[in-house]
Amino acid sequence: MRMKEFAASVVKEFRHIFRDRRTVLIAMVMPVVQIILFGFAVSTEVNDVRVAFCGDLSDPAVRQAVDRIDHNKYLRIVSRLSRPEEAEGLFRRNLADVAICFDREYGSRIVSSGHAGARIIGDGSDPNTAQMIASYLKGVIQAEQADVAVELAGEMTPSMTPVVQLMYNPAMKSSYNFVPGVMGLILMLICSMMTSVSIVREKETGTLELLLVSPVKPLWIIVSKMIPYLVLSAVNFASILLLSHYVMEVPVNGSILLLCAAAFIFVATSLALGLLISVISPNQRTALLICGMGLTMPTMIFSGIIFPCESMPAVLQWFSDIIPAKWFIIIVKKVMIQGDGLASAAEELVILTVMAVILLAVSIRSFRTRLQ
Amino acid sequence: MSSFSLNATVRNQFVTGMKAIEIKGISKSYGKVKALDSISLDVASGEIFGLIGPDGAGKTTLFRIMTTLMLPDEGSGTVCGLDIVKDYSAIRRIIGYMPGRFSLYQDLSVKENLDYFATLFGTTVDANYGTIKEIYSQIEPFADRRAGKLSGGMKQKLALCCALVHRPSVLFLDEPTTGVDAVSRTDFWNMLSRIKASGVTIFVSTPYMDEAARCDRLALIRDGGIIGTGTPDEIVSEFPFGLLAVRGERMYPLLKELRRMKGVVSCFSFGDLHHLAYDPTVTDRERILAGLSDIGFGDCSVRDISPCIEDCFMWLSSRSAADRTAEA
Repeated sequence: MRMKEFAASVVKEFRHIFRDRRTVLIAMVMPVVQIILFGFAVSTEVNDVRVAFCGDLSDPAVRQAVDRIDHNKYLRIVSRLSRPEEAEGLFRRNLADVAICFDREYGSRIVSSGHAGARIIGDGSDPNTAQMIASYLKGVIQAEQADVAVELAGEMTPSMTPVVQLMYNPAMKSSYNFVPGVMGLILMLICSMMTSVSIVREKETGTLELLLVSPVKPLWIIVSKMIPYLVLSAVNFASILLLSHYVMEVPVNGSILLLCAAAFIFVATSLALGLLISVISPNQRTALLICGMGLTMPTMIFSGIIFPCESMPAVLQWFSDIIPAKWFIIIVKKVMIQGDGLASAAEELVILTVMAVILLAVSIRSFRTRLQ
Repeated sequence: MSSFSLNATVRNQFVTGMKAIEIKGISKSYGKVKALDSISLDVASGEIFGLIGPDGAGKTTLFRIMTTLMLPDEGSGTVCGLDIVKDYSAIRRIIGYMPGRFSLYQDLSVKENLDYFATLFGTTVDANYGTIKEIYSQIEPFADRRAGKLSGGMKQKLALCCALVHRPSVLFLDEPTTGVDAVSRTDFWNMLSRIKASGVTIFVSTPYMDEAARCDRLALIRDGGIIGTGTPDEIVSEFPFGLLAVRGERMYPLLKELRRMKGVVSCFSFGDLHHLAYDPTVTDRERILAGLSDIGFGDCSVRDISPCIEDCFMWLSSRSAADRTAEA
């Protein structure tokens, strides 16, 4: 095939993309919206927690603890309960996120025995958040108790408190986890969904018949269809990187070149998947359904964006291994956040490359030069 | 124009005496459904060959096999001497194909569509402007309009331009006039005659029997089998019965009564008339008319007519159905 015919096909494909408002929306706007949504709205960070408390305010120790909670920048005292059982009512009406109940004679017990109890009641209907809030509040109370102990004894009592430091993400920002995930998700979505839909659309409208009847080799038809989506992915990749770096303040610690290479291999894998889907789907709706159920959902669940793979049953972990996005996301985390070099990401890169080669070979072979 | 006609002459000389299309015993099944059952056809170079049959007769399948888009289960065929299975890539260079549905890019303009298909076939619109000029000039005022916004007749002209832009030796048109108004249909057949004059062999299918007369030769297809071939005159002359056109007040009861009469071979509704085929050795017009007034249809008008392609099609398809039942 000569360059001219190939160029004409690529130009034609770009025209299809830019003349359809929905396609432009999905290809150009959705990635930006997604990264901002995941970056800001969907976060598992503890922020502005409403605390209800139950305890004797005439007790100076309780007052001091409540004060400390109220002055914490993530916590806010919203109401006082007369009995711990009232916490349930507040949770039901969504007036509080957590309740803390100080024991009777909290202050005097600390002074006399050095032991005083406080009960933290969390709203378990949202277990992840409840867990985080409860342990955060526990930390605050423990710090308070430690201070009180020092005050009482007048000197350091022998106690040990572990200091937790999270490397690479000292501020526990969830965007550090979401950016690589969303990057993988979007690149896969753009490449596989858009490519498969664009090929299946030609099947549906019958233009594929005309393309096949022309002297152009089917391989070039495929490649000319892939190029525009490759370019789109490059644009999206760049805009996600820029957004996450300058808006989400996620660092790019490793080599950008390595990151781009990984993205390129991943995009090739996704394009091949898209082609495979286009071969097996008779219409656009089926193609979209397969992309959604067969690619997007497993990617969301198994690639570690939301749930860590390590905590899954072994069978599901094996299954997660065949999802290309998982490996890409691991590479991005290693290179972008941990700042690792080629050596440490080599294993994942090799796996991804093998996947890309196999998928490309299978999909190009299965693309028929005739109609079924 | 002069270079155009010269080219046509060269092409005519080159292909003279050669069959443009030759297929033998082609069968194709989709699962258990037999779409084509041992079809054989010859199309001479430079003629308009019509494939006439109702929807679902297997016309599109036959087109796809001849244009190398599908493989036959059985049988073989050639287009311009090239094998439809082995030499598919060579065939794809020399044929033009217009599928049944409007199959151009709706979101590209008229000009963009034409340019794209010209480029795909390794040529340009300018280089072959002579070939398509006559048709293209009619849609050229709308060159920048999106193909999806054209009227049915204009879409059809654009599709024909796209199929012709690389000067194919054989043009395959699958139901080109379906869904097009009567005036545009006549227009279209006039265009085909002129394309034929330039030396292109045209293989065209249609469900409209009235278009059959515009073809040089015909094949009548039904349920995946060819039930008759020949020139339109040959097919009509083979009609063995007398034919009457009957018109009356109560058409439906009339149809039922007519079918029951002695010597009547068949009777079908043709618009506001019934076409009645009778065996001339058993009955004739007067007897039928008399029989009708006996059973209370005295107000009918009955006249002798000569058969059209559709009458022949009805007869041939009922005969082939009878043959099949006999075989079974």
